[in-house]
Amino acid sequence: MPIDKIFKDDASEEKGERARMASFIGAMAVADLVKSTLGPKGMDKILQSTGRGHSVTVTNDGATILKSLHIDNPAAKVLVDISKVQDDEVGDGTTSVVVLAGELLREAEKLVTSKIHPMTIIAGYRMAAECARDALLKRVMDNKENAEKFRSDLMKIAMTTLCSKILSQDKEHFAEMAVDAIFRLKGSTNLESIQIIKKPGGSLRDSFLDEGFILDKKIGIGQPKRIENAKILVANTAMDTDKVKIYGARVRVDSMTKVAEIEGAEKEKMKDKVNKILAHGINCFVNRQLIYNFPEELFADAGVLAIEHADFEGIERLGLVTGGEIASTFDNPESVKLGHCKLIEEIMIGEDKLIHFSGVAMGQACSIVLRGASHHVLDEAERSLHDALCVLSQTVNDSRVLLGGGWPEMVMAKEVDELARKTAGKKSHAIEAFSRALVAIPTTIADNAGLDSAELVAQLRAEHHNEGCNAGIDVISGAVGDMEERGIYEAFKVKQAVLLSATEAAEMILRVDEIITCAPRRREDRM
Amino acid sequence: MALAFDEFGRPFIILREQDQKTRLRGIDAQKANIAAGKAVARILRSSLGPKGMDKMLQGPDGDVTISNDGATILEQMDVDNQIAKLMVELSRSQDYEIGDGTTGVVVMAGALLEQAERQLDRGIHPIRIAEGYETASRVAVEHLERIAQKFEFDVNNYEPLVQTCMTTLSSKIVNRCKRSLAEIAVKAVLAVADLERRDVNLDLIKVEGKVGGKLEDTELIYGILVDKDMSHPQMPKQIEDAHIAILTCPFEPPKPKTKHKVDIDTVEKFETLRKQEQQYFDEMVQKCKDVGATLVICQWGFDDEANHLLMHRNLPAVRWVGGVELELIAIATGGRIVPRFQELTPEKLGKAGMVREKSFGTTKERMLYIEHCANSKAVTIFIRGGNKMMIEETKRSIHDALCVARNLIRNNSIVYGGGAAEITCSLAVDAAGDKYPGVEQYAIRAFAEALDSVPMALAENSGLQPIETLSAVKSQQIKENIPFYGIDCNDVGTNDMREQNVFETLIGKQQQILLATQVVKMILKIDDVISNSEY
Repeated sequence: MPIDKIFKDDASEEKGERARMASFIGAMAVADLVKSTLGPKGMDKILQSTGRGHSVTVTNDGATILKSLHIDNPAAKVLVDISKVQDDEVGDGTTSVVVLAGELLREAEKLVTSKIHPMTIIAGYRMAAECARDALLKRVMDNKENAEKFRSDLMKIAMTTLCSKILSQDKEHFAEMAVDAIFRLKGSTNLESIQIIKKPGGSLRDSFLDEGFILDKKIGIGQPKRIENAKILVANTAMDTDKVKIYGARVRVDSMTKVAEIEGAEKEKMKDKVNKILAHGINCFVNRQLIYNFPEELFADAGVLAIEHADFEGIERLGLVTGGEIASTFDNPESVKLGHCKLIEEIMIGEDKLIHFSGVAMGQACSIVLRGASHHVLDEAERSLHDALCVLSQTVNDSRVLLGGGWPEMVMAKEVDELARKTAGKKSHAIEAFSRALVAIPTTIADNAGLDSAELVAQLRAEHHNEGCNAGIDVISGAVGDMEERGIYEAFKVKQAVLLSATEAAEMILRVDEIITCAPRRREDRM
Repeated sequence: MALAFDEFGRPFIILREQDQKTRLRGIDAQKANIAAGKAVARILRSSLGPKGMDKMLQGPDGDVTISNDGATILEQMDVDNQIAKLMVELSRSQDYEIGDGTTGVVVMAGALLEQAERQLDRGIHPIRIAEGYETASRVAVEHLERIAQKFEFDVNNYEPLVQTCMTTLSSKIVNRCKRSLAEIAVKAVLAVADLERRDVNLDLIKVEGKVGGKLEDTELIYGILVDKDMSHPQMPKQIEDAHIAILTCPFEPPKPKTKHKVDIDTVEKFETLRKQEQQYFDEMVQKCKDVGATLVICQWGFDDEANHLLMHRNLPAVRWVGGVELELIAIATGGRIVPRFQELTPEKLGKAGMVREKSFGTTKERMLYIEHCANSKAVTIFIRGGNKMMIEETKRSIHDALCVARNLIRNNSIVYGGGAAEITCSLAVDAAGDKYPGVEQYAIRAFAEALDSVPMALAENSGLQPIETLSAVKSQQIKENIPFYGIDCNDVGTNDMREQNVFETLIGKQQQILLATQVVKMILKIDDVISNSEY
């Protein structure tokens, strides 16, 4: 008797070995894809969108690459997912996490073929991950107490993060910028208040951090181009035709004179509003919504600078920077908090005119102006800077740091190896495999830099046999060196997140012994 | 062929368009059905137990689910076969009724079907098999009742509850931190439980997840978590001793339902309307302020002006809060949901000791914690995890754990897990079988054998020798006459489930046996399958 089909027509089912194979292969393929971008000498990828215009992105950022891929393999999707989470949570290490997970699975595959049950592998991996984390915890450095040292730590972390990106040529310049910006935040992790403005033209070196605030807007015609000791009212209100909001109201007139009258009343209303705004005693008015010609003219008459159509975030930031509140009604001028700044002026960057607020009351926010040859360069520069800023802001909260350049991996591998020797039972194979996967990261970094990875890693391992060794791979000189001397630092939080989420993802994929794919949903023909 | 001819040689038409249908009859029908049922059970068999594997399911839209929960796997499978659908239903009803043991019930049913097939080959009539199964299931349930132990706990001593929840969680991917999750689940259930009536309303426990962080960061909040932030970026982020006005009316001018028109035809009218509008906003905010509210939670949006007025009067507000959340907030804070500003009174305000906004990670995600509520009968379990799938799976695991804790509060009898209950039932049923004269005896024995398949699957999944292990445990149970011996899945070194603290609820186990028997009976009774053939 033939077994009836259980599933629907297009659904498929893969079992046991085959299922495991499919997910291993998918995950490893994804890991191999981003592998070549790892490390300071990693290569970039070009992503071309299938959408209109076939826009092109050039990037080195793992999360960005994976986000743009259309993947069908379910296991590969798990990896894409973890890299996205890594991006959201700590901002950097998006490539490392995928590569580590891929390596863990590659090792697991070998173990599975030598007849070790996946559950045993998982148990071993868990023990190893725990041990690796402890090993890192033992070696972390914390310079929170010493402000000067802490700052230099941050500088080093920023430089390490940036050295694998397009900004590596000017990493010192950018690291300085990022650290300055982060210190202005004073411990808050809200990166929203750091504004990044991209202006094509000039070179990357011309990028700068501005203490004040830059708004990508023009000043209205006939209004003052420069205001000292500005009092700013930040508003979110309609300055076009202030509609009557009571539902169902509409204007119905029967003669031309009436139209004129109503129009007059409307104008009067606007004028009232402008007068109320002016009653705040301001000389600068920034609105989120449009400002029509008529009120703009009124503002110009009163010598007030009126800026229209600032986007929502711009308004929020401006509120933060100048210490003003975002107002929508203007009846009680005495109780509205106004924003202050020393100087508002129009500045030119390249060919564009921007409005620059300097000498602001609360220095929480700041602007970074990026200059570069093309949009692609600028986009990539923004992503790199964002990574650096994320890492720094997380480090400010959790100030523990580690050395970089494959040092943490080697430290972990050593401890894990130690554990493998002590553990009885089949689990020890898995623990050993974990340490091999860890070593794969410095190997990849060296490979990407065109160095003799086997030689370097062996050398590194020998160095690490000594207690308290600071050796890592210095890709620039192509040799093993003291990481502390070269100032290659990484944030503990990033490493920990890489370790834990990679293990979690590998575990998840290992646990699967069957893949059931539902029939794809039929799209209605839109003909 | 179901064709008959009358005296004029015309066929009686019994089935319309007969040749387009496939038809299976008699023993063939039963065999086909059994094969389908077994196929479903086979899929789940490897997910059973603490060392069970997961299934990866790709949905119709390409979304991936990884799960170990029987009900979830079956639900997401695109099943087409009628009998297979019955099995899906079976696991779903176990899920609704008990919430746990959804895999076990399907494996059990599969084993019963497999045994039935053997009896059919012997030529025993399906109805006799069904009857035998029925009798056997009664014996098993009674036996369970007998060996069940009362299990004492109270609000202060909830350790036993935690142990039981840990048994449930140990088969899930979250078993890394089963201890803390089990504690969270038990505390959550105890917080909302009505110990007098022995009932728990699980609706009061909200399970919220957010991607990021570690599983260890999962926490229980005695209050409500709302995935929203304050409507104005400059409102205070923390309010102590909040008096909450819960509104379902927008901070907007009224929109009467009846059709109406306000015609503006003179300047005066324009002016009055404008004044009124301003006044309206002012009044709304004033009313909230007058009754003493320090926080406004609104189901709808606010107008920019209203938003600023609220900010101006120092009245923080949250907008676009969903209906379900609004209800939970009302329950927790002891407030009333107010549909009109006119009806706001101080008594209708909810009270909470602390409301604060918390941001996560590098993205601009913020959530609102409402804690120390006046009536703390609503709690939230807030799950963090590495990725979306992890969180979804954790949600399902927590749901299972919550259900188990609830079942224990309803009925505090337990049996021992790890296959111990199945083994002792199998022994009892086997012994009882000999007392029945007639053919049913064979069916009863078959039932006993089917019961063995659960511990067998457990042993198999844990990498033990299934037959060897099972027979060892069985003989140990008989020799010492103690029903606590089960399969040592975690390689601890003892078979004593009491020592390993592996419990299951009595009602859960009974339900499993009863439901599985019922479905198998139903499948056995089918002797004719008529289906539209492919076209």
